[in-house]
Amino acid sequence: MTALAVEALTAGYDRSTVLSGIDLSVPTGGALGLLGRNGVGKSTLVMTLMGLVSPTSGRVLLDGRDVAGLRPDLIARAGVAIVPQGRRIWASLSVAETLALATRGHGRRWTVDTVLDLLPRLRERLGQQAGQLSGGEQQMLAIARALLTDPALLLLDEPSDGLAPAIVDQISQLLTTLRGEGVTLLLVEQDLHLAFAVCDRIAVMEKGRIVHEVTTAEFRADRATAHRLLGVA
Amino acid sequence: MTGWVAANLISVLNGLAIGALLFVLAVGLSLVFGMMDVLNLAHGALFVVGAYVAAALTGGSASWGAFLGALGLAAVIGLLAGGLLSVMTEPLRRRSHLDQALLTLGVALIVAELLQILFGDDPLAVPAPPGLDGSTSIFGAAYPTYRLVLIGVGAVLAVGVWLLVERTTLGALVRATVADRDMVAAIGVDNRRVKITVFALGSLLATVAGVLGGPVYGASVGLDSTVLILALVVVVIGGLGSVRGALVGALVIGQIESLGRALLPDLASFVLFGALALVLVVRPRGLFGGRSGATA
Ligand SMILES: Nc1ncnc2c1ncn2[C@@H]1O[C@H](COP(=O)(O)OP(=O)(O)O)[C@@H](O)[C@H]1O
Ligand SMILES: [Mg+2]
Repeated sequence: MTALAVEALTAGYDRSTVLSGIDLSVPTGGALGLLGRNGVGKSTLVMTLMGLVSPTSGRVLLDGRDVAGLRPDLIARAGVAIVPQGRRIWASLSVAETLALATRGHGRRWTVDTVLDLLPRLRERLGQQAGQLSGGEQQMLAIARALLTDPALLLLDEPSDGLAPAIVDQISQLLTTLRGEGVTLLLVEQDLHLAFAVCDRIAVMEKGRIVHEVTTAEFRADRATAHRLLGVA
Repeated sequence: MTGWVAANLISVLNGLAIGALLFVLAVGLSLVFGMMDVLNLAHGALFVVGAYVAAALTGGSASWGAFLGALGLAAVIGLLAGGLLSVMTEPLRRRSHLDQALLTLGVALIVAELLQILFGDDPLAVPAPPGLDGSTSIFGAAYPTYRLVLIGVGAVLAVGVWLLVERTTLGALVRATVADRDMVAAIGVDNRRVKITVFALGSLLATVAGVLGGPVYGASVGLDSTVLILALVVVVIGGLGSVRGALVGALVIGQIESLGRALLPDLASFVLFGALALVLVVRPRGLFGGRSGATA
C-alpha cells in the first residue's frame, strides 16, 4: 500500500516555479526523511501537499486518490496533517482551546487525553496562552494539533528547528511512537540524527527536484554523496 | 480632575454613548478585516440601512412595537447582507485588497443611491420609544434618557460579543482564523464558512447599531461615510481583528469626538485624525494588533 505518491508535481508562487517535477512515494506506515539545502523547495513541497500552495501540474495520490488542487480543509479531511515550519501555533488561543478546536470529530484514534498522555508537558500548560509557551512546548502543541485531526499521513517541516537537544530527543521518541501507531511520516529535517533515527528512507532535494533517494542505512554508508549534496560529513 | 469631569459630564456621557455605538459597529469590520483581509467599505451603508429601517417602521411616531420590529428586521437584513457580501468578495480572494475594497465601495454607493430614491434627500427622524424620549436628571443636569439606555445596551452588546469571541468554541475559531487562517484550514475547517458567519454577524451588528443610533443621529444618506470613517479609525487604533482593541478604540474615539466637539468645535476632526496619526506612529499595528501566530 502506498500512503502517498507524488507524480511530476510542479508548483510555485506568483512569478516563480519552485517545484519542477517532484516524484516520490511513501508506503503506508513508512517514514521518508527529506533533506536539502535552504531554499531548494522543501517547505513549498510540504505546503503543496497540504493544499496551502496550489500545484500547477502533477498528481498527489493519497491511497490512490488524487487530491492535487483540492482545498486544504478537504485534504485535511482526507487524512493529511501538517506540523509546519515555524510551528504557526495560534498565539492568542490557550492550549486547551487549541486542542479543542483541532478535535474535529472526524476520527477517533486520537483524543485530547491520549495526545496529552503522549505530550505530558502540555497537560500542565492547558490554561496558558500558546504564545507564552517555550519553543519546545509550542512544537509539542503544533504536533498535538496535527494529531488530533487523526492523520494517516503526517507532514513535519523541521520540527527540531531551534530546540534544545533534550527536546529534540523527545520529539524523536514521539515520532518513533507515532510510527508504531501506523502513522505515515514525511519529515523535512536539517538535523540528520533526527532524520536517521525516525526514517527508513532518505530523499534529497535540489532546486525543486528529488535528486537522490535511498534507504537510511545506504545514505549513512555513503558519506561522499551526503557531503556532495548537503555539504556535511 | 473630578470637578472638571463633573463640569463636562454631559460630554463624557455623550462620548460613552458614541463609544458604545461605535464598538457595536466597528467590531464586525475589525474581525472581517483581521480574519480575511477583506476591507468592507459597505459597513457604513449597513448602518444607514438600519437607520432607514427604523425611520420607515416608526414613521415619525414613537412606539415600542415599531422600534423592536425595526431592530428585528434590521437584524435579518444585516445577516443576509453580510452573507451576500461574504459570497461576493470570495471570487476576489486571490486578488489585491484594493479589488475587494472597491467592490464593497461599489455596493455602498448603490445602497446609498437606492436609499435616496426610496426615501428622498431629506434626513428622516427616528423617535425614541415611548418612555425613553424624555430626559433624566444626573447631578442636576438634564440628559436625554435614550442616550443613557444606549450606553447600557451598548455595554450589554459589548459584553455579549466579548463573551462570544473570548469564551466560546466559535470565538476560538474566529481568533485562530485571525492568527493564522491557513492553519485553520489545515485542521479541516473551510475558511469560507468562518468568514460568512463572521461577516453575517458583524453586518447584523452594523444594521442594529443603525437602528439604535437612529434616535440620536436620524437617518440620512450622507451618514454612511461619516460612520464608516469613524469605524475605520476605531479599527486602525484598536488593531485589526481584536475585540478588546475595538472596544478600547471605540471608547477613546467616542470621548475624542464628544470632548473635541464640546471643547474645540472647529478642530474636532483634527483631534480625531491627530489621535489616529499618533497611534499609527507609536504602534503601527494598533493598540492591540499584531499577529504573532504566524512567525517562527
Ligand atoms: N510565500 C512565498 N512566496 C514567494 N516565494 C517563496 C515563498 N516561500 C518560499 N518562496 C521561495 O521558494 C523557494 C523555496 O523556498 P522553501 O520551499 O521555503 O525552501 P526550503 O524549505 O527548502 O528552505 C525559495 O527561493 C523561496 O524564496
Ligand atoms: Mg523550509
